[in-house]
Amino acid sequence: MHFLTSNAPFIAPQNSIQKMMLWVLIALAPGVITMIWQFGFGVLINIIICVTTCVVAEASMLKLRNRPILPFLSDLSAVVTGLLLALALPTLAPWWIPFIGAFIAIVIAKHLYGGLGYNPFNPAMIAFAILMVSFPKSMTVWMLPHSLLPENAQFSDALSLIFGQSPSQSIIDAMTAATPLDEMKTQLGLSLTVEEIQSRSIFGGLSGQGWQWVSAAYLLGGIFLMYKKVISWHIPLGLLFGLFIISTGFYLFEPGVTPSPLFHLFSGGAMLGAFFIATDPVTAATTLKGRFIYGVLIGLLTYIIRTWGGYPEGIAFAVILINMAVPLIDHYTQPRVYGHK
Amino acid sequence: MRLWRFNGGLPSLAEHKNESVNFPIETAPVPPLLVYPLGQHIGNAAKPLVSTGDKVLRGQKIADAQGLISAPIHAGSSGVVTNIADHLIPHPSGFSAPSISIETDGLDEEITYVPHDDFRQLSTSELVDIIREAGIVGLGGAAFPTAIKLNTQNKALHIDTLILNGAECEPYISCDDRLLKERPHLVIEGIEILLHMIRAKRAILAIEDNVPDTFKSIQDAIAKNNNPAITAVQIPTIYPTGGEKQLIQTLTGKEVPSGEIPADIGIVSTNVGTVHAVQRAVIEGKPLTSRIITVTGEGVKKPHNLEVRIGTPIQTLIDVCHGYTKHAERLIMGGPMMGFALLNDEIPIVKATNCILVASKEEAITEKQAMPCIRCGLCASACPVSLLPQQLYWFSKSEQLEKAEALNLFDCIECGCCDVVCPSHIPLVQHFRYAKSALKVQNHDKHLSDVARDRFEAREERIARDKAERAERSRKKKAALKSKPAKEEIDAAVSRAKAKKQKPTENET
Repeated sequence: MHFLTSNAPFIAPQNSIQKMMLWVLIALAPGVITMIWQFGFGVLINIIICVTTCVVAEASMLKLRNRPILPFLSDLSAVVTGLLLALALPTLAPWWIPFIGAFIAIVIAKHLYGGLGYNPFNPAMIAFAILMVSFPKSMTVWMLPHSLLPENAQFSDALSLIFGQSPSQSIIDAMTAATPLDEMKTQLGLSLTVEEIQSRSIFGGLSGQGWQWVSAAYLLGGIFLMYKKVISWHIPLGLLFGLFIISTGFYLFEPGVTPSPLFHLFSGGAMLGAFFIATDPVTAATTLKGRFIYGVLIGLLTYIIRTWGGYPEGIAFAVILINMAVPLIDHYTQPRVYGHK
Repeated sequence: MRLWRFNGGLPSLAEHKNESVNFPIETAPVPPLLVYPLGQHIGNAAKPLVSTGDKVLRGQKIADAQGLISAPIHAGSSGVVTNIADHLIPHPSGFSAPSISIETDGLDEEITYVPHDDFRQLSTSELVDIIREAGIVGLGGAAFPTAIKLNTQNKALHIDTLILNGAECEPYISCDDRLLKERPHLVIEGIEILLHMIRAKRAILAIEDNVPDTFKSIQDAIAKNNNPAITAVQIPTIYPTGGEKQLIQTLTGKEVPSGEIPADIGIVSTNVGTVHAVQRAVIEGKPLTSRIITVTGEGVKKPHNLEVRIGTPIQTLIDVCHGYTKHAERLIMGGPMMGFALLNDEIPIVKATNCILVASKEEAITEKQAMPCIRCGLCASACPVSLLPQQLYWFSKSEQLEKAEALNLFDCIECGCCDVVCPSHIPLVQHFRYAKSALKVQNHDKHLSDVARDRFEAREERIARDKAERAERSRKKKAALKSKPAKEEIDAAVSRAKAKKQKPTENET
């Protein structure tokens, strides 16, 4: 009897990109729900616009590049990119912000570099950075968490803000504020002490009202991802370790005018960045040692940008800058091969 | 006993032992035709000692070792040599190669064997000769001539540990397990022969912890034998712990230096099936003509563990297993991780064959839809040699083979772990096999051109040197002619000649 041949190993692969991305999406669920709970349905609108744009852009680019559409679309990487970008954007940003961002992420940051696996920079963070640089006003105004919203604020006001019909300025002012990170930085610049700043209503026990819960939810999702072995501990713990060490150092040095390490860990995009953004395998270091170093460097750079940079949040820029260092990190952290000295 | 952990591996690989592990070893029938590829071991192919039409007996040497690294081949039953010609051999590329075919006569007549009741009376070199003449090679799959491995004395290597590899880490295969379960005393006796030969202080028999009853039968046999040098150890079931280097690391914490052999760090390691063959060759005087193999998979009706005459076509064994099922999709020699698919079942069992896996579609994937590498690094975490497969893949794919070589491509043991964990379903091992063979060709070509260039340069140099020497000689001559003492000499010679001319005249006067 005759048989066809093929090559070993014959055991079916135990894993797939789709499976990994699906776990990432599931792990993001607590964060998404908390975001919606705290910041309203603007989050959902961002998600819908980002994910839809990403998926359509992905399909169009695959078509233009003559790549098989279905296998690549069903790997869910575009959905993850869209979701991560949406979660990083302000909840009241006009609709074209998430749209342009998603377009940049997929078309420029991903496919112009060669598509899945070939992009040197994290697509969502490139999109975030370009939006931040191009539309600083829209990108720094955040909606207040629901506990701080005025009684008369309506869901329809948020909608009209997102879709361009400006409601009265008084409503905008009532609904929005700078993020706790932004506020901290601005007020420290005005020579207030941390204690004075944190007595304001937008701050909570750990960091900002609402924000601390969102960060905790991302932390939970991240722990789940590590448990499912979708990500290893090296990048997230490296990042949080780097951020913790440098913020602790300065906190001990100047406690009154430096926010606490916990404030840094639970503010802005630290948790989202540590577990979901810096861990993007395509753009991260590949060796285990290298990953830890990569994480630590992002953590350090995040603090530096937050404290002395021109922007209140540093995760996006830190990730992009350290993405550039990946080949170097990989080169110097190769593991010792069996039987070699 | 302390154990060590090698990097990565696949701790949760489905073992698939239950399909065959409970079937005792049965003897396969003598097939009508036995086929012996001449090159079924590492090293030079054997040289036929018989010709077409010769009658042979079981145990008769039909082909002899050629050179040091080679092994003889013996007939598995009595019959007539019908053919010495190319026949399909078990090879991933479906090659044919010179083989001896024997039509069996059904009488199964044997030669007279020379048994040795007490191996302790024999010297190491006598035992090495017996093992070499018996045609024994590594039965775990490598097929390296065992006599060379055990001949450690003339290389002045000091061996302190003998490792017996009973870690059958490939899924589906259960032949070594059955051997240890049913004939532990023969294996123990074989271990004693090896200990006597290489003068090692201790022997460690390693088996995986997924077969506790086998461990028990081995321990009983060791207790009965009462040799304090021999111990049995259970090791964690993690593929590929049965790989020689991984097993050595697991048991001793030592690593075999790259490019060297275990003996260089005082270790000899052998498969338990090989030890069984050694025992048979020394005590009973019987050469290697049969081995135990597992025939399994959803593609056969009834899986078996069989004692098979080497040379038996696979077809015969499938018949023993009540034939193929309708799910038979791939015919694999060896396990599903490192085995290779065969074109048809006329291909014979060779010394290195430990398993015939007739796999269904579910058991053996036939095609993988590869996606781009997302650099997730799961391959590196799974690599038992601590390589960086994704980098090797990058360089292999882009034909930057020297860079792949610099990242230690040749340390890859092709275990397939990276393939199985890759979420992008990239056939990594296939890329590495290609890169290795391309590099070998390249390096060989480079070697040839280096030799040619060296030769050319040497010739040019010689010509130049000859020329220079000639020039030097003539220059010296001329200089000598010009120089004063020479002139005086010439003058003296001239005057002598003149004087000679004058002399006779003087005499005349």
